Formats: sequence, C-alpha cells, structure tokens
Amino acid sequence: MKPLHLIPDDVNIPFLKFRKIFYIASLLMVLASVGMFFTKGLNFGIDFRGGILVEIKTNGPADINALRDNLGSLGLGDVSIQEFGEPDDVLIQLQRQDGDEEAQMAALAAVTNALGDDVTIRRSELVGPKVGGELKEAGFYSVVISLFLIMVYIWVRFEWQFAVASVVALLHDVLITIGFFVITGVQFDLATLAAVLTVAGYSINDTVVVFDRIREYLRKFRKMEIPDLLDLSINSTLSRTTMTSFTTLLALIALFVFGGEAIRGFTMALIFGIVIGTYSSICVASPLLIVLRLKRKIPEAEEGQEAGA
Amino acid sequence: MLYFTKWKAALVLLVCALGVIYAAPNFLPSGTLATESSYLPGKQINLGLDLRGGSHMLLEVDTDSVLRERYDALADAIRTELRQEQIRNRPREATANGAEITILRADDVEKAREIARTAEPNTELSGEGNNIVVTYNEVAYRELIDRAIAQSLEVVRRRVDELGTTEPSIQRQGENRIVVQVPGLDDPSRLRDILGRTAKMNFHLVNNEKTAADARATGLPPGTMILPSADEGDGIREYLIDRRIVVSGDNLVDSQPTFSDGRPVVSFRFDAAGGARFGDITSKNAGRGLAIVLDGEVISAPRINEPILGGNGIITGQFSVQEANDLSLLLRAGALPAPMQILEERSVGPGLGQDSVEAGEFAAVLGLVFVIAFMVISYGRFGVYADIALMMNLILVLAVMSVLQATLTLPGIAGIVLTVGMAVDANVLIFERIREERRNGRTIINAIDAGYRSAMSTILDANITTLIAALVLFSFGSGPIKGFAVTLAIGIITSMFSAIWLTRLLIAAWVKRSRPTELVI
Repeated sequence: MKPLHLIPDDVNIPFLKFRKIFYIASLLMVLASVGMFFTKGLNFGIDFRGGILVEIKTNGPADINALRDNLGSLGLGDVSIQEFGEPDDVLIQLQRQDGDEEAQMAALAAVTNALGDDVTIRRSELVGPKVGGELKEAGFYSVVISLFLIMVYIWVRFEWQFAVASVVALLHDVLITIGFFVITGVQFDLATLAAVLTVAGYSINDTVVVFDRIREYLRKFRKMEIPDLLDLSINSTLSRTTMTSFTTLLALIALFVFGGEAIRGFTMALIFGIVIGTYSSICVASPLLIVLRLKRKIPEAEEGQEAGA
Repeated sequence: MLYFTKWKAALVLLVCALGVIYAAPNFLPSGTLATESSYLPGKQINLGLDLRGGSHMLLEVDTDSVLRERYDALADAIRTELRQEQIRNRPREATANGAEITILRADDVEKAREIARTAEPNTELSGEGNNIVVTYNEVAYRELIDRAIAQSLEVVRRRVDELGTTEPSIQRQGENRIVVQVPGLDDPSRLRDILGRTAKMNFHLVNNEKTAADARATGLPPGTMILPSADEGDGIREYLIDRRIVVSGDNLVDSQPTFSDGRPVVSFRFDAAGGARFGDITSKNAGRGLAIVLDGEVISAPRINEPILGGNGIITGQFSVQEANDLSLLLRAGALPAPMQILEERSVGPGLGQDSVEAGEFAAVLGLVFVIAFMVISYGRFGVYADIALMMNLILVLAVMSVLQATLTLPGIAGIVLTVGMAVDANVLIFERIREERRNGRTIINAIDAGYRSAMSTILDANITTLIAALVLFSFGSGPIKGFAVTLAIGIITSMFSAIWLTRLLIAAWVKRSRPTELVI
C-alpha cells in the first residue's frame, strides 16, 4: 500500500504572490479583534471577575425557569443559569457581590440553602474580588513574559528579522484567538488563558519549522531571489505543517467532543488557535521577512575567499 | 549514524523498561498496590482535586488585626509607665500603624518620648508635637507576622484534622496566606464553617447596674461594653458586659458536644489555673450573669447559681447538633491568633471528578486511536514505528509523573492529549525529511540518516519554544493550570526521547535485519 501524501510531493503554491491579500485579511482580523475587545469586551469567568459558580445535578431534567425564579428572588444581582452538557446538569453563576470576601461567602451560602437537598452540588467555586484582580494581572504578565522569552530565544537562534516576524505572527495569533472569545462570547477563564498560551507555543513551533528551512536554503541556494526562496521553503515544509496540525487537531477534536463540558471552552480555544497558528506561520510570518528586508548574511570566511579569488 | 553502539541501544531500551515499570502502578487498582505488587514501585499519579473531588481554599490571615492588638497592648504598657512618672496622656484609637499616645502637657513630651523609646526593644519612635508613635522595626514586624501565620497554620491543621479526611494539605503561601486542600470532602460548607471562624472564646461578667438598652440611652458605665447576642431566639438582642475577661478560652483543655435536657450543648474543661479562676469567680458572683463570648458575640449568659469548682462546665445556647459539634471542635482546636478571610474556594464533588476522569480517558484514547491510524496511513511501516514511540511516550509521561508525584488535573489530561498530537510532530518532521532526501536521489540509509540529522535542530527549536510557554504557565498558574503546564512540559521532553531515539533504534534494527532495497514512506 502506498502511504497517503496529504500534500503532493511536487507542490508549488506561490504564497508570496498572495501576500498582500494575507496582510489585509490578517490586519482586518486583528483590528476587528482589538476593536471588539475594547467595545464588547471579553466574557470573563469568575476566575478573573470574582464571583460564584455552582454546578448542580438535578433529579431528572432541570427546570431552568423554576431555578431562575428561586435564585432570582435572593437579591444577589445577576444570576446566570444554563444547562451544562446534560439536561440534568446546570451551571449557576453569580456576579461578584458588592462588598468584601465575606459578602461572597454569604451569597454562596444563600444559594446552597435555596437549592435545598433535592439537588447534588457537583462543583462550587468562589473567587473573591482580591484574588480575581490578582489572577487577571498574573495572566496578563504571563502572556507578555512568554512572548518576550520566545522572542529572545528566536533572536539568539536566528537573525533579528526572524525574531520580529515570529513575534508579530504570535501576537497576531494571540489577538485573533482572544477576538474569537469576544465574538463567540465563550467564557474566558484561567483554563482558556492557558489555552491561549499554548496556542502561542504551538504557533511559534510551526513558524520555527519554516524559518529553519529558510535559514537552511539561504545557505544552500545562494543565487535564488529571496521571495522564491521563501516560497520554496514554505512549500517544502507544507506537508509537515499540515500533517502536524492535522494530527493535533484529530486529538483535540476527540477531546472537544468527548472530553466533557468542563474543558470544552479550553479545547475550543486550542482548536481555533491551531488553525490560526498554522495560517499565520505559512501566510504571515514568512512573507513578513520580505517586509523586514531579510538579507543573506555571507559568512566572513567565505567573503574572504571570494575577495581572494 | 544509523549504527547504534550496543550500550546506546541498551540505554534506550533501559529507559523504556524503567518507564514501563514506573508507569505500571497506575494501571492497577489502588487497593492491590500495597500487597500483591510489592516488587513494583508503589507510587501512582497524584490526582488533582478537580479529578478526585475535594476542596481547595485560599485564606488570608488578617495581620492588621494582629498588629492592632499588639500596638494596643504596647500603648497600654507605655501609658502605665507614663502614669508612674505622672505624665498625663490620652490614648488614641488602636491602629495597625503603631501605638499612638497624645501627651497632654508640652513640657512632658521630651521625657515621655524617652520612656516610649525604651518601652520595648526593636521599636522605632516617631510622631510630631505632642503625639508619640511607636512602631515595630522590620525584624520585629517580620517575627510578629511569621509567628501569627505559624500559629494560624497550626490551628487550621488541628481543625482540618478533626474532619477526619485523609491527606489534607495545609501550606503557607506568600506573606499572609494559607492554602488548604482537602481531598474527598463531601460537604465543603462544613470546611467553610470551621475555617471561617476565629473561635476566640472568653468569659465576661454581665453588668448588673443597667441593661444594654439603658446603657445605650444614658451612656456606658466605665469598663463595660455592649455586645450583640449570637442568637436572638431568646428575645435578648444585646448584652452589657464588663470589659474585663474573667476566664479566657486559652485555659480550655477539652470540649465535647453533649446533651442537656435533651438539647445539644457543649461541655468544656479548664486547665488547673483556669479551673481555679473559674471557681473563684463563680463563688464570688452568685446571682450575676456570666456571658460566654465567642468572636464578639454572646452565645449565652446563664446566671451563676452556685460555685462551679471542678473546672468543668457546659455552654447552653440555641445549638443544632451540628453547631454543637462544630463549636466543640473549634474550642478543642483553639482560637486563631487573628481572623481569616476566605479569598477563594473551589470544591468538586466526587461524582464530577470521576466523570471527568472517565471523559478525559475516553477522549485521550480516542484521540490516540485516530492519530495512530493516521500515522500508519501516512507513513506505512514508519508510521508503525512512530506509533510505538507514541505509546512509549505516554507511558513515559505517566512514569515521570508518578516518580515526581506531579499532580494530574483535568487540564492536565488535555495537556496529555495535546502531547499525543504534538509528539508525532518530531516524527513527521523526520519522515518528511526522509521523503525529501529520497526524492533528491539519496540512498536509503543515507536518506534516513540525513532525515534524522537535519530534522534535529528544527525539533529542538520547535520544542524549546513550546517548553518556554509551558514553564511560564507553570510559574504563574494555580492548581489546575499548573497541572496542564506540568504534563505539557513532561510530554515535550519525553517525546524528544521517544520520537528521536526510539524510532531511530527501531528503524536501524529493521534496516539491519531486512536490508531494504526500496523505501516506502
């Protein structure tokens, strides 16, 4: 049996020819994400906002309306009640209560009392205002720090153009993934933040593979024009890029469908981010090298030889 | 390059064998571990609270109240000395910022400052004009806070131990926080109840000159205060009591829930000093009320009918059985040196944890099957080798996690699944490179050799960048996220071994054995 080749061996797509289209598409997506982020905003979960979350299992299908009336009458502000994966599984979320941590405790006690003994409490989470603020700050720093460290690493291993291009591509992926959360309204919590960081790691992984090839070809094909060389590099690694993304997506889709409701937002972020990351390493990172005026750096020893010849 | 020295091949196989041995306990039911399989290592992976069920609580000790108390006492001590020197002064309200005293006559200030300066070591003197402010210096402050936290940890540990759960973990975090993790707790509200209270219990005499209502209207008699009743069921909302503590809860040595007239009550026993004091007070104050004050509220204030000499007594009040149990537990475990606030609480019931493990396992296995099938379809024989490496990688992840006793959380399972997808990446890189080298006309052995060699630096670069993200996640993350970072990082490292060394060993063995003339890849 002849093994399957996802990408034909002699593939030769002129990616660089379409680079203006990619730039425009990417710019639009980034601008839309940032714009929506500042207007609509992220649907922060209680991890960052502070508040209360209770997951319950009812006997038989849950009566959401009755629950809403019951909990709504407690005077605890906005109560969000939704089905969570199964008809008898309900997720209740309360906004952060006015006042300090004591007020949150009291609200949680009021909710569990009102629910009574008919339901099983499967999970309860309470995040006070103090911790919520701290987590938000720590989350922001962790994104910034990892982007910075990755850039430093690429800078050490490659020329500066590669470092800049990879971080631009990375920011592109992170911003658009956050935009995805803004648009879909999927809750943004600690787990999804972890997903965003993983997307960053994954996307850079993809980009590095292409960059590695570009660096190799820069040494190998000394006469080739840079745009042609970039195209050749992208096409040579295209089979690997798609294969890896495909296998990772296979595993993640299994997790998305069967992994349970609790990590669905998390896997959704990963799936989206991997698609975007694959796009950006092919269509954004490498073409950017042209914008950044990547040049051949001729090693000094060989330069000397040429001069002597 | 394809040639393996004997010891190198042995090393690769040895690592694999160790992986299998250390991962093995995870596939046995936990009950059989200790007995039947004593030849196996006894460590299983630590499941996080989100998978095994349990409660996580982040508490903050109110260190300001410790300081306030200490500065209050310090101000009192200084004022006593000032009085001896006949220096007239006025106390200021106690704060956490220092012991503050106002000197009434300007002529006394110089002398008063001298007294305040030497009142206690490790303090600093400040304040302008007639005001004197004494604060602890850095060393004393640190010691004070550390001692308060250490005491709090001890009390929290005693209280949690009373719940009788296995392996609770209680740790200090940062300057003034405590993390409590209690696996397998059915009812987190009970943990909340027993950790949310300071449990400072003192006995005061009820003032018999006025009622609380009169005192509110006409002014408090000196040395008294008004405290609310813990339970308004008996019709009394407030009590006017003497400020002086007649017996302190520190003298308690035991406390048990029991019944009196069919109602739940809490019995207690004093140590010798407390017992003597209690006997003395009850002898001299027959007919007065004795207020039992817990955390600033009066639980009850029974009349003293006769001297209580044995050092034993009972506390009556409007208790349910549960409340009587909790109160006696708190009294046994002792009072916290300062109030604590619950900043964060996360509890997962055992049912949900079990469901999560099952869903995660199923998804992981399914993802694995997909990837395995796809690799075989794409790379034939080489795909099979990559799949063997993939399975080995999973075993190694389990083994490393068991040995390190790392915690597996729900996002951690996602990390493993992600590793499955990414672990084959190294092999994809290598195999694609081999294909290319073959197309460029290299011989079979040459192409395989070149494939591994040229893919190497790419694999390193790609994995190190992902590792950076994982490490940042680890250092910042809390509980579940840390679990994700751990599995991701371990998965990346083990995958480099399995995808590079193990597949190469397998391929080298195949090439040596069957000397292929055609390479189907």
